[in-house]
Amino acid sequence: MNPTGLKRLFWISGVVLLGVGLVGWYDRLAHGHLNANYGSVVPWGLWVAAYIYFIGLSAGSFLISSLVYVFNMKRFERIGRLAVFTAVVTLFLALLSIWVDLGHMGRAWKVIVYANFKSPMAWMIWLYSAYLLLLVVELWFLLRADLVAGLGAPGLKGAAYRMLSLGSRDGSEGAATRDRRVVRILATIGVPVAIMFHGGVGALFGVVAARPHWHSGMFPILFLLSALVSGGALLTVIAAIFQDGWRQNRDTVLALGQMVLGLLLLDILFQISEMLVATYGGVPGHIAGLKLVIGGPFWWVFWGWQLALGTLIPVLLLAGPTRKDPRWVTLAGLLIAVGFLGVRLNIVIPGLAAEEIRGLSRAFASARMTTHYVPSLSEWLVTLGVVGLGLLLFGFGEFLLPKEPGASRTASGSGDGHGGAMPLAAEEASHVRA
Amino acid sequence: MSDGTRTVPSPPLSRRELVERLFGLGATALATALGAGASVASLAAAPPARAAVPEGGLPTKRQFRYGMVIDTRRCVGCRACVVACKAENKTPPGVSYTVVVEEAVGNRFDDKPIFMTKPCFHCENPPCVDVCPVSATFKRERDGIVVIDYDRCIGCRYCITGCPYGARYFDFGENYAPVAAGTAYAQVPSPEYGQFRTRTGASPVGNVRKCTFCLHLQDAEGRYDKRAGRWPACAKTCTGHAIFFGDFNDPESEVSRLVRERQPIRLKEELGTEPNVHYLL
Repeated sequence: MNPTGLKRLFWISGVVLLGVGLVGWYDRLAHGHLNANYGSVVPWGLWVAAYIYFIGLSAGSFLISSLVYVFNMKRFERIGRLAVFTAVVTLFLALLSIWVDLGHMGRAWKVIVYANFKSPMAWMIWLYSAYLLLLVVELWFLLRADLVAGLGAPGLKGAAYRMLSLGSRDGSEGAATRDRRVVRILATIGVPVAIMFHGGVGALFGVVAARPHWHSGMFPILFLLSALVSGGALLTVIAAIFQDGWRQNRDTVLALGQMVLGLLLLDILFQISEMLVATYGGVPGHIAGLKLVIGGPFWWVFWGWQLALGTLIPVLLLAGPTRKDPRWVTLAGLLIAVGFLGVRLNIVIPGLAAEEIRGLSRAFASARMTTHYVPSLSEWLVTLGVVGLGLLLFGFGEFLLPKEPGASRTASGSGDGHGGAMPLAAEEASHVRA
Repeated sequence: MSDGTRTVPSPPLSRRELVERLFGLGATALATALGAGASVASLAAAPPARAAVPEGGLPTKRQFRYGMVIDTRRCVGCRACVVACKAENKTPPGVSYTVVVEEAVGNRFDDKPIFMTKPCFHCENPPCVDVCPVSATFKRERDGIVVIDYDRCIGCRYCITGCPYGARYFDFGENYAPVAAGTAYAQVPSPEYGQFRTRTGASPVGNVRKCTFCLHLQDAEGRYDKRAGRWPACAKTCTGHAIFFGDFNDPESEVSRLVRERQPIRLKEELGTEPNVHYLL
């Protein structure tokens, strides 16, 4: 499938998902948590899994962008700005996912005002607020020069640029040099912040001694690795679809593929270590969650979704001869990006689905007291809506915001149809400044 | 989604507030005055306990240390405690501040299972309190009861994951049929925390809820009175007299004596939570 076709598929998915998602959001806002399937034994479900998934994508994309802006790795330069933009969008999706999960959405502000710094959750909230601020400022400095250059563009784009440039009119080379310096400083600060806040998300689970499946020093590390793998995989797919797609971004896609493979293998190593040690120890409480992962009612999430789709097939695709074909690498990226939602589900739910006190789930009759949690339709719709919104936000952003220098110039007559909503000529015009 | 700020109508509460401020040390009073505001004050006591608990959970500067000793050999599994708790606190479906779990145990002379009634243990080191991102749940300085400020709780449910004993429940907004149908039952408020809330869709719907040792039955000085019936509903109603309630700070109390003279156990001691509910097996 060529990039234009991929892009069309992308837009259609975005619209459809957001459309069905609105039904879920309506249900959540009108009926609160009544139609959610989590309870008091498994108090967190799909929305929390989606939250750590999106926030992992954000931290991962950001850390990969830092390869360009901190470590000066030229081979990823073409997706640098897109990576930062991806980090902003996925962070927003993460916040939406966790916001909808709150019992009182209107009280979200209290987590800033009344923060209890004994709680890893409070730390996480402060850190990702700082991170969000940093991301937005960094993105602005990354785009500023191009926004200024495109001020005169006709229509929506020009208007958007005039608004987004916040009054900045300096198109000089000196200003561009200053921008690069600011970006470098921000990106450098961002690296420890991203590590702390995503490690903090892992710690949020890791510190819970009441849930032995989570209670491991490995958790913050595993979260970081999973973030890098899933973020890298997502960027691979993005590089294949956007900024003229895999034909022009061949080298970037292939390089990302190899990096993701390395990180994925490291992630597997850590996961195996965690599993083997717990299994050998055999302490019933500690392996209860693991048993659920491997042989519980949702064994297929592990064996099928996480292991086969999200790990084994991509490893083969990325290690075999297919690693030289950007299309196969993209498929591997897509599989990993989707597969890691399985990883996230397998962190949240089995950790909770083991009874803390034997017999508790049978103590009184209530659907809220079961260890058998399956996300409800309404929960799925909300999450699909969040995904759809993310696709659309990303699509609009990518369409409106300045493209990578040189991205369009080499576009060799990809004039097959205009489904991609990309007025290439206009794009080119706005980039002649170079 | 509104916060449903409520004023507490009963006059004794304001007097209680006054007493607490007198009792409170400087920092307590300051924090209550500064940050906590009316809603926390109506939970009657104090902001989150930041006082260090001495090793081994010895009596602290707390005036009372309420707790229970539950004799599983006296428990017949009738669940009267569960019903009494529901009747007292008007908890909705899916929320039960105390439960009775039963377990068949091997290597016993008979087939009798162990019944275990399980309220909140009001731990000395409550992990649920530490993880709350907004300090909505805290251990009261005066009597060590772990409470929830319904007006601050955001409903993130982190405390449910943090509690090793499954003592916390999320209020999903479900109702028993007569309440859902809006009959007179729907107008009956829960006396919890002396706040007298009805189920209107505002808090406590969307909050985490838990056992409070029926603290709304305390007098202004924080004392219970068994003879007057101001006693936790489960303990008051227990048909087999399996639930003993009292103050561990008072060496002459029934619970102190039981802990001293018998060999009670506490659940999951290895977690260092120091529960204030002991079991006799």
